[in-house]
Amino acid sequence: MEKLAWLVPALPLVAWAVLLLLGKRLPGGGAAVGILAVAIGWVISLAILFGVIGGADPYHVSVEWAPIGASFDIPLGMTVDGLAAVMMVVVTTISLFVQIYSISYMRGDERYTLFFANLSLFTAGMLIVVLADNLLLLLFGWEIMGICSYFLIGHYWEDVANARAAVKAFLTTRVGDLGFMAGIFVFAWAARSFEIDRIIEGVTTGEISSATVTLGAALLFCGAIGKSGQFPLHTWLPDAMAGPTPVSALIHAATMVAAGVFLVARMYPVFEASGSVLNEIGILASITMLIAALLALVQDDIKRVLAYSTVSQLAYMMGALSVGGYSAGIFHLFTHAFFKALLFLAAGVIIHAVHSNNMSEMGGLARAMPVTFVTFLVGALALTGIAPLAGFWSKDEILTDAWNAGFGGAGEAATSQSVAQIVFVTGMVTAFLTALYVGRMLWLTFGAAFRGQGHPREADAGMLFPLVVLAVGAALAGFVGLGDNSIGTWIQTEELPSHGPATLNLGLIVATTAIALAGLALGTVLYRRGLPEREYLERFPLLWKTLQRKYFLDDLYEQGIVRAVVGALAPATYWFDQRVIDGVVNGAGLGTRRLARGLRYVQSGQAQWYAAALFIGVVGLAVVATRLIGN
Amino acid sequence: MNGQEVAFLILAVIGGLAGLLVVTSRNVVHAALYLVVALASVAGVYLLLAAPFVAFVQVIIYVGAIVVLLLFGIMLTRAPVGRRVLDNTLRARVGAFVVGAGLFTMLTVFLAGAFGSARISNQAATATAALGESLFRNYVLPFEAVSVLLLAALIGAIVLARRD
Amino acid sequence: MPLMYPLVFAAFLFSVGVYGVLARRNAVMVLMSIELMLNAVNVNLVAFNAYLRDQLVSGQVFALFVIAVAAAEVGIGLAIVLLIFRNRETVNIDEVDLLRW
Repeated sequence: MEKLAWLVPALPLVAWAVLLLLGKRLPGGGAAVGILAVAIGWVISLAILFGVIGGADPYHVSVEWAPIGASFDIPLGMTVDGLAAVMMVVVTTISLFVQIYSISYMRGDERYTLFFANLSLFTAGMLIVVLADNLLLLLFGWEIMGICSYFLIGHYWEDVANARAAVKAFLTTRVGDLGFMAGIFVFAWAARSFEIDRIIEGVTTGEISSATVTLGAALLFCGAIGKSGQFPLHTWLPDAMAGPTPVSALIHAATMVAAGVFLVARMYPVFEASGSVLNEIGILASITMLIAALLALVQDDIKRVLAYSTVSQLAYMMGALSVGGYSAGIFHLFTHAFFKALLFLAAGVIIHAVHSNNMSEMGGLARAMPVTFVTFLVGALALTGIAPLAGFWSKDEILTDAWNAGFGGAGEAATSQSVAQIVFVTGMVTAFLTALYVGRMLWLTFGAAFRGQGHPREADAGMLFPLVVLAVGAALAGFVGLGDNSIGTWIQTEELPSHGPATLNLGLIVATTAIALAGLALGTVLYRRGLPEREYLERFPLLWKTLQRKYFLDDLYEQGIVRAVVGALAPATYWFDQRVIDGVVNGAGLGTRRLARGLRYVQSGQAQWYAAALFIGVVGLAVVATRLIGN
Repeated sequence: MNGQEVAFLILAVIGGLAGLLVVTSRNVVHAALYLVVALASVAGVYLLLAAPFVAFVQVIIYVGAIVVLLLFGIMLTRAPVGRRVLDNTLRARVGAFVVGAGLFTMLTVFLAGAFGSARISNQAATATAALGESLFRNYVLPFEAVSVLLLAALIGAIVLARRD
Repeated sequence: MPLMYPLVFAAFLFSVGVYGVLARRNAVMVLMSIELMLNAVNVNLVAFNAYLRDQLVSGQVFALFVIAVAAAEVGIGLAIVLLIFRNRETVNIDEVDLLRW
């Protein structure tokens, strides 16, 4: 079955092509093509995962694709190990259910088929990233995801704001991608190969100097900062909510943003070999999770709350990886995919029913939309980390690893103790804040009375079916972390012994549950009666303003970078292109014209002048010929 | 310096002078008559070079026919008289002189370099029979071609000069 | 006699002819100069024929051909000159420059 793994990205790619070419003419707009492709991939992925659970060995195949020079070549290959299997299941599952949901959600959209084509292309891209055995192929899939994100965020491009959001997303991640590419080339040059195995080998055997490793790892992480929305490149994620809700669910919650986490996990031995980079990751993750959670507290748009929540949770995953929690990070990625996608899809249902994104126009929907309410509740509680739902297990494992690394002296991680302590503390604080904003969101959306216009009604079965399935997933996904044959064991490799079954530190479990419940309680108290006259945090004007302006980061980027480029660099480049480059081209034509205008005077029309020229030429030729040929 | 060479020199001087006068004379008819002298001296040169038949043909055709033709042409086009009308601008003349002089120098230099020491040996005048034999046996094809050419020229001249 | 004598004579006549072609304005005068050039060529041919003592007397044969062609050329040339004169009342060839730029 592993041999068929290449089909999993290949089928959506074919679906993309088919949809682009023929989609409009197919019945139902071609949605079935995309869904079929990913469904087959889903089945294969599940089969492979079961194989891994049963103890199958990793499978690696590679063909030489493009040789460069005598000794270097770009291979085309895939590695099907535990990590890849887990990721494949995540991607195909979420993609499948999002596409089923989209049949109902996007009904009547004028670019329906294109939407499904883009979703298929995106799925293919992410699967390429997951399966790639060399960094160049990974980059290829990475970039496919980037451009699909752009297309999908800008799906409703008639509104200029949406188009701008798409550009912002693309360019911000591009900034990260520059570092990423530099990192790839550093490692490729150092290890003489793009293959991940070779690079890891080079690092662990000490073949590559530690300075190079640190530099390369830091650069690689830049890509993760961009794609996974870590500070300071997180600013694009909230704006990306301009895209349709299925897009937010698939790309900006479950899969693309998780690619950065996957990258760090895939190259984990490299990161472990350079402790300083892990420290940086830890610090950035701590900052990110805190600032994002604070921002989620003051949003009116329900999707933005979820977006900032995503940023915060991604930071949790990065934090896990930074303190040596390789399996914890991936475990949280796994569970987060389920409950976050669920929350977004449910939010989509609500938005559809209420015709507004803003929670100030919602309220009291628990009675009107019961199924949605229940599934949303499951997702929300999973996010908060209430046992026995999925989020509890993974979040707990992260905090346990952080505790062990920071205070427990288990010190196998390369991170410094103080960084691990910071990660732990911010993790706990963020858990409280998470519970708080989740409570706020629940009460404002479902509690008290309805504040908006019209009569919201429950969604149709097409949209509810994926919600229910994902809710089941969100409830049960956590159990893969338990026992001897757990997710930790599945994703272990030679270089990365797993961290065994989730170590249950009872004290920690009590503490985290208490914190979560406290947050929920506070949220209930504050928002039980619906939206207050003035938001509570408005009482601190400076804090309120900073939060509303997102810490002025967007302004900083706008004034500092965008202005300089758009105002100065772009016009200068345009001038150069028009005057110099085009000038050369036009000048060639103009020069020929001028030359011709000068030369035409030779045609005097007078035969004697022609005869004279002839004789002069003869004399000249004769002289030249004899001189050259030699008398 | 034997008699042959002396005779040649005299003829050459006369012919050269006549040629010069052809191109510098102010009167067209005078120029045509000088041309006759030049052509006649060339015929004499042919005789000295053991080509009697060619000399006769030269006289008959060139002097007899071509010059007459030229005179007719002069008459029919009412050629004017006078330097200003006949010659090109001074600038053109200077240029022409330069070209001509250059050509002459080049030719002389190269020919001297190649044949400076060659001599024409004394020989009997070519028998017309030998000439005829060569013409009609070895060069019969060009001969026929030239006949056709003359026919074409004949018809062409008539067509062109017709008053229509 | 030295071969150079007739060769130089021919070269001289040829150069004079060239001068005439380039310096004369009247079309008939130009034709005359062309005749001079053709004669120079003929002298050259016959001289070489004498020098080489050709069995086939090709030099003289060729000279005959040249004479024939010259005759044809003068005929046509004058016909053209007449035509130009008829149309333009002038035989100055520097006034016939329709093929200019």
